[in-house]
Amino acid sequence: MPMTALTGSRVRERRLALGLRQAEAARAAGISASYLNLIEHNRRRIGPEVLARLAGVLGTEAAALAEGAEGVLAADLRDAAGAAQGMRPEVERIEEFVGRYPGWAELAAAQHRRLGRLERTVEALSDRMTQDPHLSAALHELLSVVSSVRSTAAILAEGEEIEPEWRARFHANLHGDAERLASGAEALVAWLDATGEAAEAGIGAPQEEVEAWVQEMGWHLPGLEPRAGAGARAALADGAGALASGAARQIARDWLEQAGRDAAAMPMAEFGAALEQVGPDPVRLADRFGADPIAVFRRLALVPGARWGVVICDGSGTITFRRPLEGFALPRFGAACPLWPLYAALGRPMVPVQAVVEMSGRIPRRFRTHAFCALRFPRGYGGPQVAEAAMLILPDEAGGARAGGAALAVGTSCRICPQAGCAARREPSILAEIAVPGM
Amino acid sequence: MGRHVFVIEDEPNIIEAIRFILTRDGWEVTTLADGIGAEAAIRAVMPDVVILDLMLPGRSGFEILAGLRAHAGTRGVPVLMLTAKGQARDRIEAERAGADRFLSKPFANTDILAAVRELAGA
Repeated sequence: MPMTALTGSRVRERRLALGLRQAEAARAAGISASYLNLIEHNRRRIGPEVLARLAGVLGTEAAALAEGAEGVLAADLRDAAGAAQGMRPEVERIEEFVGRYPGWAELAAAQHRRLGRLERTVEALSDRMTQDPHLSAALHELLSVVSSVRSTAAILAEGEEIEPEWRARFHANLHGDAERLASGAEALVAWLDATGEAAEAGIGAPQEEVEAWVQEMGWHLPGLEPRAGAGARAALADGAGALASGAARQIARDWLEQAGRDAAAMPMAEFGAALEQVGPDPVRLADRFGADPIAVFRRLALVPGARWGVVICDGSGTITFRRPLEGFALPRFGAACPLWPLYAALGRPMVPVQAVVEMSGRIPRRFRTHAFCALRFPRGYGGPQVAEAAMLILPDEAGGARAGGAALAVGTSCRICPQAGCAARREPSILAEIAVPGM
Repeated sequence: MGRHVFVIEDEPNIIEAIRFILTRDGWEVTTLADGIGAEAAIRAVMPDVVILDLMLPGRSGFEILAGLRAHAGTRGVPVLMLTAKGQARDRIEAERAGADRFLSKPFANTDILAAVRELAGA
């Protein structure tokens, strides 16, 4: 990401606009106030990780701080031009376009961003409608009750002589079914309402509820740190206890317990310092702390403002944790793309796997990934081997320089992946079915 | 002419309605509310027709159907599968697994009776 000489000034403007004190912003970003002061006066260059953390604290995109509004606008228009199949916009004149017609440029960029959001929503909803086990179970329940009502009502309506005992039993069944229909329909409407409210967040399953809760906190949980006060810890426990479903509350409590142990082994201050030194390399970080590499992945997921994503799966490949990263879509339900390096690692336990991948989509984007699979034997020699794999997903900032170089083509999951001729495809894509040539 | 139907369905009120309809028509009806041990129970009774719901607690109707088709004694028993309306994929999969007939829920009583009579050659 190109950073201009005024990046620090933008950080300062944004902080002041939010009414944040310099010391507060610095603490939240994990740097010292004096360092932030130097940055804000453009006297220190900012590394991409610190910039990302600051952007997270200031509630904006790192690109907006690095390049300014015009730079972001031009970048969005370049994306739009790249996605415009069959058209040849004058990419070399983007700066001129932005300068001469800022209003039109903003409109075109906003439309492009909106299109991207809509496509993501369509993907998410398609994913939900085809894979959501909760919706499927709810509909099956309703259909079963409707079947029962139809059969029972038809028997009663036939007018043939029915023994009083059977008649009474059928009436009772109808009454019971009516009650179940009412509560089932209510539950379904509540689910659909929640879907509407949280369409963007995609809340539907307990695991998603927990992830949305952590996301709300900006993936920053200072209450877990060893030096945190009792109040901060209690606030986290209260937050977990306030989740809607019992399953989500249980997952959140277990997760907090584990994240607390990770924080004790790798406090964020020390972890952030090590991160600055060795970069986001989970294996090196694990070596530095003498920690389980999977715990390092979990720790990386809780670095505030981090510009990376993390997914963790169990031995069956089922995703058990996800911190999303823009551009790398993660499936909400069902299995992910079998070509992800996460699964390559699952097949090669204890061997670090890294790969550059290209995520399919309207605008294919490249990412660097580091994956690792750890094995545990919680019941000793007599028990089963328990595998857990994790993958760190980083934006491939050198991607432009090595465009055309080797990258593994991957997707989200087969059902919503448009990749043609994929060797690992397990089912047809609905996107391929609805694709319109030339669009 | 066969007179015995084995119903595997987890919805008790549906079981009751089917039992009533078939019993009134002169059929003997045996029922099971989940998929556990279904093949063994069917082998013990050797019914003339099996009515099998697709979504069952414990095991899916597909698994039970595959188990029936894999065993010499039950390979030829006619199976009427109950699927959810509009689930074309379920139907295709059930056909591949060896189902003889399908009925979509919610079904009409006359349809289930006609299907059982037809499958049993009655």
